[in-house]
Amino acid sequence: MRLLRDWSKEILLVLMALIFLSPVYIIFINSFKDRRELYENTLAFPETFSFQYYTEAMEQMDFFNAFINSMVVTIVSVAFIVILSSMTAWMLARTGGKISTIIFMVLIATMLIPFQTIMMPLMQLVTGITNNLGIQLYNTLSGLIFMNIGFHAALSVFLYHGFIKSIPISLEEAATIDGASKLGVFWRIIFPMLTPITATVMILNVILIWNDFLLPSLTLVDKDLRTIPLSVFYFFGEFTIEWNLAMAGLTLTIIPVVIFYMIAQKYIIKGVGEGAVK
Amino acid sequence: MGSRKSKVGWYLLFTAPLLIIFTIVVIVPFLIGIYYAFFDWDGIAANPMEFVGLENFSTLFADDRFMQSMWLTVLFTVLSVVSVNVVGLAFALLVTSKLRTANLARTMLFMPYLIGGLILGYIWQFVFLDVFTLVGEVTGLESIFFNWLNNETFALFALVFVFTWQMAGYVMIVYIAGIQGIPGEVVEAAKIDGASNWQRLTRVTLPLLMPAFTISLFLTLSYGFKIYDVNLSLTGGGPANATELFAMNIYNEIFGYGNYGYGQAKAIMFFIIIAAITLTQVYITKKREVEM
Repeated sequence: MRLLRDWSKEILLVLMALIFLSPVYIIFINSFKDRRELYENTLAFPETFSFQYYTEAMEQMDFFNAFINSMVVTIVSVAFIVILSSMTAWMLARTGGKISTIIFMVLIATMLIPFQTIMMPLMQLVTGITNNLGIQLYNTLSGLIFMNIGFHAALSVFLYHGFIKSIPISLEEAATIDGASKLGVFWRIIFPMLTPITATVMILNVILIWNDFLLPSLTLVDKDLRTIPLSVFYFFGEFTIEWNLAMAGLTLTIIPVVIFYMIAQKYIIKGVGEGAVK
Repeated sequence: MGSRKSKVGWYLLFTAPLLIIFTIVVIVPFLIGIYYAFFDWDGIAANPMEFVGLENFSTLFADDRFMQSMWLTVLFTVLSVVSVNVVGLAFALLVTSKLRTANLARTMLFMPYLIGGLILGYIWQFVFLDVFTLVGEVTGLESIFFNWLNNETFALFALVFVFTWQMAGYVMIVYIAGIQGIPGEVVEAAKIDGASNWQRLTRVTLPLLMPAFTISLFLTLSYGFKIYDVNLSLTGGGPANATELFAMNIYNEIFGYGNYGYGQAKAIMFFIIIAAITLTQVYITKKREVEM
């Protein structure tokens, strides 16, 4: 009796999770159906698996190009964020005094600024810099990366700062006495010790940057610069009525996320938990 | 070595690159943004910017569409905060029970957050459009299952629904961390004293979860207020502006209608309101946290 009750609880839990994810399943099965089959029964399993809409969606979304753009933007942004914010956080945490405190406070305070508050002046500024100084910040992937670094600096420095405060300073002092330079101390001793928090910083930023829509939509004009969320947006703008095609497109964009999730599942859940609680 | 000069040098070498980028991307636009809010301007550099003082701000309160979007945003946020946290907490309590499938369930429930707001909105557009109507026809419950997106009242509920779907798994993670932080002895002691499941939940677990409440209320409040992606892809602000929330209203004012100065005044107001609300919430819930 007891065993039966336990098993029914287990089944109920998995069932609940499956129902929760059913919209994803519905999108997936319908991406193989033709229009007649789609409207006859949306919830039925497809009669035949046709990949026709996938090839079409891939072409119309310019999927590979968008995927590469998203990868480049995400990886390069996150690499810079990790390097620059860990260095900054270490200096701020280890050098006491008013200046460090003020810089840290300002960084934290800006986390309250919503993107909508600065989007217009930011666009004015980057187009101004691009047109007058010839530094290509507007309508380039490197410009988008530059802005990503600025936007995610505060949270990342905050996370690193909290972690660094909790590690004893004696190791660094010993290395300094042995004649290591600041750079040596940081890269050889400190940075390896930061690995757990680096994982958290990386995961949080990957999710935010990969899924970001508004900033890329404001700064990237050229069609071949589009990231995945941007290409989905334009794809839907043009093909809303053709749901079979749309669903193949949606499934395509979810696949990389699912793969990423399956590979790094443990770290993602842990990282998000830590990032939120700190 | 150790001279003041070299210390400053190292300090700058480590902090300057990030701080310069941060200043250009966040600080300077924020300050320029405050400046723009006092002007009447259409965003075209060649056209004159006319200084209007506080007029943009006083116009805000007479702007029906803006006041409506503000009210809708408040309504949306209140409903969302309640629904996300109730669902998220329920999930957390379920998956921290000693079930073998708990880890699998946790992984699945977190999934929507990873997919990203824009894509979630499109997925649910189809579900409301096609699956809801189908379910309504089959079950006869057509007053519940119809295309919510075409109805001015229900479209807002649809947004709350989808936002809950997106965020519940996220706050679940926050609550799980909180639940796992509660010392086992405390729960054991309550059990020995004869407390029922319900009493243990309401008298022991929930009070000790206050820090987790502080965090997830802060997250849902600020995310709810700032919602844009899901709003854009699910309803696009429609039908008849019935779901044009704050962030979208600002975007449309600036980039849609080209009212740069006025739109920027809205954007500054947006910042003030978000800062005031989230700081107040953190202050209030922090005070109620129980010291262990």
